[in-house]
Amino acid sequence: MSTATTQASDSPVFYEVEEHAHPEGHSTSLGFWIYLMSDCLIFACLFAVYGVLGRNYAAGPGPKDLFDLTLVAVNTTMLLLSSITYGFAMLAMEKDRVSATQFWLVVTGLFGAAFLFIELYEFHHMIAEGATPQRSAFLSSFFTLVGTHGLHVTFGIIWLITLMVQVARHGLITANRRRLMCLSMFWHFLDVIWIGVFTFVYLMGMLR
Amino acid sequence: MSANGHAHTHGHDHHGHDDGHAHGTFGSYLTGFILSVILTAIPFWLVMARPIESATVTAITIMVFAAVQIVVHMIFFLHMNFRSEGGWSMLAMIFTIILVVITLTGSLWVMYHMNANMMPGQHDMESMPSDTP
Repeated sequence: MSTATTQASDSPVFYEVEEHAHPEGHSTSLGFWIYLMSDCLIFACLFAVYGVLGRNYAAGPGPKDLFDLTLVAVNTTMLLLSSITYGFAMLAMEKDRVSATQFWLVVTGLFGAAFLFIELYEFHHMIAEGATPQRSAFLSSFFTLVGTHGLHVTFGIIWLITLMVQVARHGLITANRRRLMCLSMFWHFLDVIWIGVFTFVYLMGMLR
Repeated sequence: MSANGHAHTHGHDHHGHDDGHAHGTFGSYLTGFILSVILTAIPFWLVMARPIESATVTAITIMVFAAVQIVVHMIFFLHMNFRSEGGWSMLAMIFTIILVVITLTGSLWVMYHMNANMMPGQHDMESMPSDTP
């Protein structure tokens, strides 16, 4: 009560009640980051499933019978190269060079497609040998984990092509820069997941 | 990397530039790439050539290399730092890492003990027929 009287005698206090105008997309990168973190949890669950079931071969083929580390090394190289070329695309974007951005996006897409092609070749080879997802719990969890990553790369390439069309039509406008930055985070994130895949699935599988 | 990583917390400026995300430079991307090539090549070499006899030591070594490479990617490719988005993206990542650690260690720990304790071993298989009429 006493505070109210002293407040009344003081000079009036002003509060800003109107909200500030938020520029379009100012919170997109944080929101997208939180999406990536939730995607990370999906992969954590799949890694946990593989960790639990990865030794249940059901008298079927094991990692040493199926995995070809040379192929995995080539695959990893493709994904690493696509990461650096996407970085070059982002650098070209910051310098407002449309054709250079498009060029590096094409290169990134080709490396991504090469990664997918090698992975599908590996899957095809395994399935032709009878190592299908139905064969054992190890193979079910393997195909789920690596397949989910491959599906992410597939959608990343579709997104990449969509953005190249957008940049070709509208140029490097603010919205397109924001979209390219989100795809950049997505693409590098997939590379981070792949580090876990080649370490835990392929390399540690060969050590058993 | 931090040269143009100005961290303005609110979008008061209207030149439409995207928020406090630090951008990479040619040098930082190249550094990250070279580091990750080295950090990828060594684990592959360790497993393919097997210079270390013990499988356990090799496994621990390649896990350390994977952890270092993930940090390299986070810094040089995803441009993570404590300042971007006013620290919120780092907070989200720390929260995610805690959940990932709980999920992975919890699942492996519980399921390992399930396998160890509930596997039909010899001791209860032998006593089972005599218990049931």
